[in-house]
Amino acid sequence: MGHSLSTKHLLGLEYLEVKDIEKVLEVGFIFKEILNRPIKKVPTLRGKTIINLFYEPSTRTRVSFEQAGKILSADVINVTPETSSTTKGESLFNTALTIQAMKADTVVIRHPHAGAPYFLAQKLDCSVINAGDGMHAHPTQGLLDIHTIVKHLGSLEGKKVTIVGDILYSRVARTNLWALTKMGAKVVLCGPRTLIPPDFLNNARNTEGHPFASIEVEGDLNLAIRDADVVMALRIQRERQRSRHLPSLLEYSRMYGITSQRMRHASPDALVMHPGPINEGIEIDSDVAHGARSLIEYQVTAGVAIRMALLCSASAEQEPKDQGYI
Amino acid sequence: MHNPLAIKNGRVIDPSQSVDRVTDLLIIDGKIAQIGHLDQLPDNTKEFDASNLIVSPGFVDIHTHLREPGEEHKETIATGTAAAAKGGFTTVCAMPNTDPPLDTRSAIEFVKNKATREGTIRVLTIGCVTKGRAGIELSDMADLASAGVIGFSDDGSPVVDPNLMRQALSYSKGLGLPIINHCEVLELTNRGSMNEGWISTRLGLQGIPNSSETVMVSRDIELAETTGGHVHIAHVSTAGSLELIRRAKQNGIHVTCEVTPHHLTLTDDIIMSTKAGQDIYAPLTAYAYDTSAKVSPPLRLDSDVQAMVAGIEDNTIDCIATDHAPHSTIDKNCTFQEAAFGISVLETALGSTMSLFHDHGIPIPILIEKLTAGPTTLIGSNLGTLKERHQADITIFDPYASWVVDPSTFVSGGKNTPLSGKTLRGKVVATFLSGTKIYCDPETFSNDSQRTIGAT
Repeated sequence: MGHSLSTKHLLGLEYLEVKDIEKVLEVGFIFKEILNRPIKKVPTLRGKTIINLFYEPSTRTRVSFEQAGKILSADVINVTPETSSTTKGESLFNTALTIQAMKADTVVIRHPHAGAPYFLAQKLDCSVINAGDGMHAHPTQGLLDIHTIVKHLGSLEGKKVTIVGDILYSRVARTNLWALTKMGAKVVLCGPRTLIPPDFLNNARNTEGHPFASIEVEGDLNLAIRDADVVMALRIQRERQRSRHLPSLLEYSRMYGITSQRMRHASPDALVMHPGPINEGIEIDSDVAHGARSLIEYQVTAGVAIRMALLCSASAEQEPKDQGYI
Repeated sequence: MHNPLAIKNGRVIDPSQSVDRVTDLLIIDGKIAQIGHLDQLPDNTKEFDASNLIVSPGFVDIHTHLREPGEEHKETIATGTAAAAKGGFTTVCAMPNTDPPLDTRSAIEFVKNKATREGTIRVLTIGCVTKGRAGIELSDMADLASAGVIGFSDDGSPVVDPNLMRQALSYSKGLGLPIINHCEVLELTNRGSMNEGWISTRLGLQGIPNSSETVMVSRDIELAETTGGHVHIAHVSTAGSLELIRRAKQNGIHVTCEVTPHHLTLTDDIIMSTKAGQDIYAPLTAYAYDTSAKVSPPLRLDSDVQAMVAGIEDNTIDCIATDHAPHSTIDKNCTFQEAAFGISVLETALGSTMSLFHDHGIPIPILIEKLTAGPTTLIGSNLGTLKERHQADITIFDPYASWVVDPSTFVSGGKNTPLSGKTLRGKVVATFLSGTKIYCDPETFSNDSQRTIGAT
């Protein structure tokens, strides 16, 4: 395939160049067509082994990766903490060595700790794809979000993208910041100040060369959403109340819930997105989540196509590269 | 009795008596017999040529984790003290967060006896503030004092309860010993694993704000004032803490503090990668999340490091202490969040400290003071000096010798250092304990056979 990324692993989006992102989108568009065929199977990855190593509960991402691998004819093995020897106390390091010994071609890892995929990438010869690490990154989600926006708006250049909610703990938001800013979008973050990274609230970003210098933080949702081309809602975790970030989910919903009334402030054709799973009626109202502007289900389909593109890229023959360069 | 020893032609720096000149040192029966030019030597005197080297009192570290008893897989008294000797230290103060903790006379005596039998250098002990380090009841502090502890600390954890801290300061005031507090408001740390800022944001790691330290430093200063007790702030890391301590000292409150070599020299961006460049906006490499740089308190920002350097210059900081925290490989070969806090420091302390001379132009005598008279004044000890008739604990070093840090050559059981592969300038050439050579640098001695005639 001539579609592989210039990087061996996919650990985050910050080091991807625009041309790499565009390449993934392009291959994703091609693969998306396969999903509409009556027989959804191509032989591209026949004989390749993909291990899905999921240390956190996940349905949509794991199934999406599994389906992507299976459509491409790869052998997909799911390892989850319930069934793995991690319950017997095996360290990530020893799990890595075991996977290495089994000659897997690609490892897809989800882990509650930021940096776990980097740890694996250091230890393994095979490709590593980050399927979400702690509150650090979720690059395949970021790419499918970009794919979704580009498909519907043509490009991201100059588009206003408002991300609403728990920015602090959201690996989706943090990943999207890198990709959206690279692609020329104007990003506005909106949420209670307790859920914005402290570093975004002070003047630390006014330094020369800061990649997030152009990002705006706005506490008032109506202002944040004004003339937005894309409104991205994030899942709010119930534990944010216990962890004292929020007085109550009800108050959060009143202040930051995406309602059809609030969507009137956005551009008339504004897209509504959400990485899922949704707390309907809390961060987003049912009529918006299932309304005409909602791309939430499209995102899921795009996710499979994008992951197919990434699995192909990861399994492609690679020139030996310095491990330091991802 | 050993033969007399003459250390000749070194630059003798002893801040305890404001000595800084090229001269000789005569040691008889393990004691300093004379500082000054030696025309005639007693019979059978061995000579050590210290030309172009600095001759200093042996370094004293008031904050060392020797891990014994209970965590011998990380370090033992034997390996920890050997590492200290290699780092130029002749005295270390063992922190009591062992297993079991050093909260009884028998535990203190175990460490002292073990150190006498297996240790290379002097080991002084610190007792727990509270029984079992549980933060509930005071330990038998007077009994510990009579067993010889130089202070009390629940280090690794703060003394959380403010009233307990008040009572501890008041009680220990009667014993004439300091409470050494690890200042950290755990609720503000909130299970964080590194400094809060841009680097923690981009790495997706829970950040530890400066206020986690500063709030408790402020509390402890107030309590020291209330009680008249002596609070010693361990491992200061924030500019704000230092400013509070500076003001408290001006107001005559009995507060002292220490800073580690790493908080004097390193910033949080080293966690991004110790192998890539230092552009904090550059993409991460697979080497990111360097667990060897995970330490409590966390490595902070350049503005904090600059404040630490200023604190050395204006004497707000009383001493440099290593907080040597050795860990086994498995404790660090994992994700950043799982990794243990701590750096193995004893063998790199001098090299890091000398960078303040090389990079900031801080005079070497000031730096030596922070490793000798600074700590010994604080603990009321008569070590850390080259005054006549005192113990001949001596460190000889080359402040210019550059070397590359290779943890595999560490004597310490802890190979955990973010300085791996880095070049340091400043190397210990020889260490003497009561006039006996306990360490000499193999390279220096193989290159210069003259010096091998030195003492044994």
